[in-house]
Amino acid sequence: MPNDRPSPKELLEAVRDHLQNHVGPELKGQAAFHLRVAVNAIAIVERTLEDGATLNDSETARLQSLLGTNETDLDQLNRALAVKLREGAIGEDRQALLNHLRQTAEEKLGLSNPNYLKRPLDKSKG
Amino acid sequence: MTQDKNPYTELERLLAERVAAQYGRGATIANLTRLSGGASRETWSFDVLWNGVPLPLILKRDPIKYEADGTIAIDAKDDLSIGVDRLTEGRLIEAAHAAGVPVPEIAFYLEESSLTSAGFVMQRLEGEVLGRRVLRDECLAGARTKLAFQCGEAAGRLHGVSPSGFRTLERMTVLDQISHYRSQLDAVDHPYPGFEYGLRWLEENAEQAGDNMSIVHGDFRLGNLVVDESGLRGVLDFELAHLGNPISDLGWICVRSWRYGQIDKTVGGFGELEELLDGYEAATGTRVAEEAVKYWEIFGALRWGMMCINMAFSHLSGPHPSLEKAVIGRRSAETEYDLLTLIN
Repeated sequence: MPNDRPSPKELLEAVRDHLQNHVGPELKGQAAFHLRVAVNAIAIVERTLEDGATLNDSETARLQSLLGTNETDLDQLNRALAVKLREGAIGEDRQALLNHLRQTAEEKLGLSNPNYLKRPLDKSKG
Repeated sequence: MTQDKNPYTELERLLAERVAAQYGRGATIANLTRLSGGASRETWSFDVLWNGVPLPLILKRDPIKYEADGTIAIDAKDDLSIGVDRLTEGRLIEAAHAAGVPVPEIAFYLEESSLTSAGFVMQRLEGEVLGRRVLRDECLAGARTKLAFQCGEAAGRLHGVSPSGFRTLERMTVLDQISHYRSQLDAVDHPYPGFEYGLRWLEENAEQAGDNMSIVHGDFRLGNLVVDESGLRGVLDFELAHLGNPISDLGWICVRSWRYGQIDKTVGGFGELEELLDGYEAATGTRVAEEAVKYWEIFGALRWGMMCINMAFSHLSGPHPSLEKAVIGRRSAETEYDLLTLIN
């Protein structure tokens, strides 16, 4: 990627800001709704550009340890875990597995909808 | 004539003929309007004027497209267009009505022809449907206090409808559904270990699900409930009805995604589980175990997640890509998180 400024992240921020503050107020009804959806999509990409690489590295490390492998491709690691779970070969340390899955879900949500994490579901009430 | 105008004038002519046949000569139609929402079906609002009294109605039909030569084509189906046909849906609504479930009355049916896709016309109920407004509108504060009981009662009555007249309904046990979701994950060919774990858990704990089978609504939640000041005015949208475990309807209305932000109220963001079960017991004489509803809430979280995943891939490879589908696609992370939180 070229290093020129504005960076991809900065460009997206400019686009999101423009849509939100200059286009949005001009729109009504369905068009305004779809613009908010578009703004949300851009925000997901911005957060991913900021944190995605770090999160991928730690997810990769957790999966390598769970699966006992040196595989470095995250997609391959997740495929391997999915196959194990499908086959019921969950392994002895179920808690470690569940912790990994929960952390991964939380990290994905931190990118796609961080507000969702602010109010966790009360387990006792479900 | 523009293509945009065609569906409207054609439909207006067709409905005018049907209305005259149904209500007598002199009955006319007015205020025909296409309603937004419901991407997989067309819904239209109109009034019949007969002896000066307006009768408010809704038409629901399968989506159609007008070709350049003015003939119609049934719209391309994508993977999201599942569920019962319109005749069956209308007959289910009639059976629910007979069983005492608050639903719109069916006025008449449209058969598929060179002029229209299949559909039915029903009474247009007055009241609020949008989940957020049902939960927040001041006028509905009183309604909200009885809504959970009424929902339990409505579900119980629906589950008592004899399935013998509905032989085309798909029959799905919980294990059938688990295997169905596994094939969907195979079809999208993208790894979802969180969902695989959820499916494994649901399979291992399937005895908690209970083993009754009945007609189930299949999408019993805020958004498909008409609420007015008296409480539950009508249950809508029987598209996803099937033969399955009745408790699935009770778990579905508890899924966090249908609490519209009011997450501390288990039932739809408005009520407590106990009230729902009280209403269900009043209608059926059976007390459902909370553990079973819990199971179906986890199942429901996974099910909504699967719907999100299917949206994502319908956007990526289906005939109707859209920004909305793309973004809903990423909401699978929400239910993945909920389901892994709820599983012990």
